[in-house]
Amino acid sequence: MSFSLAAVVLAADEAAHNPVFPELPDLIWGGVCFVVLLVFFWRGVLPRVKKLLDERGEAIEGNIEKADVAQREAEAVLEQYTAQLADARVEAGTIREQARVDGQRILAELKEQASAEAARIAANAQSQIEAERQAAVVSLRSEVGTLAIDLASGVIGESLNDDARSAAIVDRFLADLEASETSASGSTPSSSTGAVSS
Amino acid sequence: MLIRFIAVLAIVLIFWIGTRKMKIVPGRFQSLVEMGLDLVRVSIAEDLLGKKDGRRFLPILTTMFFMVLFMNLTGIIPFLNIAGTSVIGVPLVLAVVSYVMFIYAGVRKHPGAFFRNSLFPPGVPKVLYIIVAPIELVSTFILRPITLTLRLLMNMIVGHLLLVLFFTATSFFLLIGNGFALFSIGTLAFGFAFTLFEILVAVLQAYVFTLLTTVYIQLALADEH
Repeated sequence: MSFSLAAVVLAADEAAHNPVFPELPDLIWGGVCFVVLLVFFWRGVLPRVKKLLDERGEAIEGNIEKADVAQREAEAVLEQYTAQLADARVEAGTIREQARVDGQRILAELKEQASAEAARIAANAQSQIEAERQAAVVSLRSEVGTLAIDLASGVIGESLNDDARSAAIVDRFLADLEASETSASGSTPSSSTGAVSS
Repeated sequence: MLIRFIAVLAIVLIFWIGTRKMKIVPGRFQSLVEMGLDLVRVSIAEDLLGKKDGRRFLPILTTMFFMVLFMNLTGIIPFLNIAGTSVIGVPLVLAVVSYVMFIYAGVRKHPGAFFRNSLFPPGVPKVLYIIVAPIELVSTFILRPITLTLRLLMNMIVGHLLLVLFFTATSFFLLIGNGFALFSIGTLAFGFAFTLFEILVAVLQAYVFTLLTTVYIQLALADEH
């Protein structure tokens, strides 16, 4: 009971202040508080906040712009690299092609040189052989004559040496021999000359 | 009165420190202060009034919100223990400010037509003006400031009374109430619960007061009105 009594007393106490009807100092000081806070927020806090928000917005925009620029740069560099790479590939291809052509050319040259060398060597050998054959023919010519005369001397039992006739016989024989030889081999040189001329 | 000065001092101190050296990347305290300011700026002013008008009325609305909030909160701060808004002066002053603001906004926006449009809303049959005009007069120009004042005032007074009741009862049961000492635990628990509740009420009433003022301004600015 005393509990509810206390509440009633309290409520009555509050009501005695007449809470709905304002007192003048109450209004004045409430107004002063309001004006002080209004000026504080209006002139002090909110401009700062506005400035901050503007700055923040600018910073974000600036960062985005920076990122854009960086991205564009990166893209440009990438493009450049790609182009360089493509160039390098093309260049490598060219070099490889060049090398292949060069190789082929060198190979052909070498082959040509080798065949020329071979031809030269063959020609040399040919001429050497020819020279030796000539030498052999010359030496044979004298020796064959002597041998034949010796043989004939032996057969007929008399010396045919130092005879002008015998020498003439030998010469005639050899000339005949030569003539038959040239007529026999005459077809071959003519064909060979024909081959050369063609 | 002292309590109000303390509340004003607390607001000035907190926001002065909070906005003294503002950084683009906020610290903890700055974030908190910004959050409070953003509540008024974004979710009350800009949402209802739009960016342009919101900025115009922002100083008034911010002041209103934080003044009511801090003076409400003094009701549950130890050794202050009474809300600065639980005496009629502050609610009344703020309600008058709100009243003047929305009439000013309306007159500035529709010079000459504001009162006519308010009392005789267009699109209503002329005969009905006999009924509508008095209703509009009472509801717009008389009841609005009164309800603003009384809603805040009574919420704070009742909250204060409840807390006083619970804590006085606790003290009473514990010290004098022979054999009823156990009741003091219950009343203390209720007192504690209502203290928490009062925090909610403090924030809510500050929000409601500011929001209603904004809505009145918005209605006054509306083209239809």
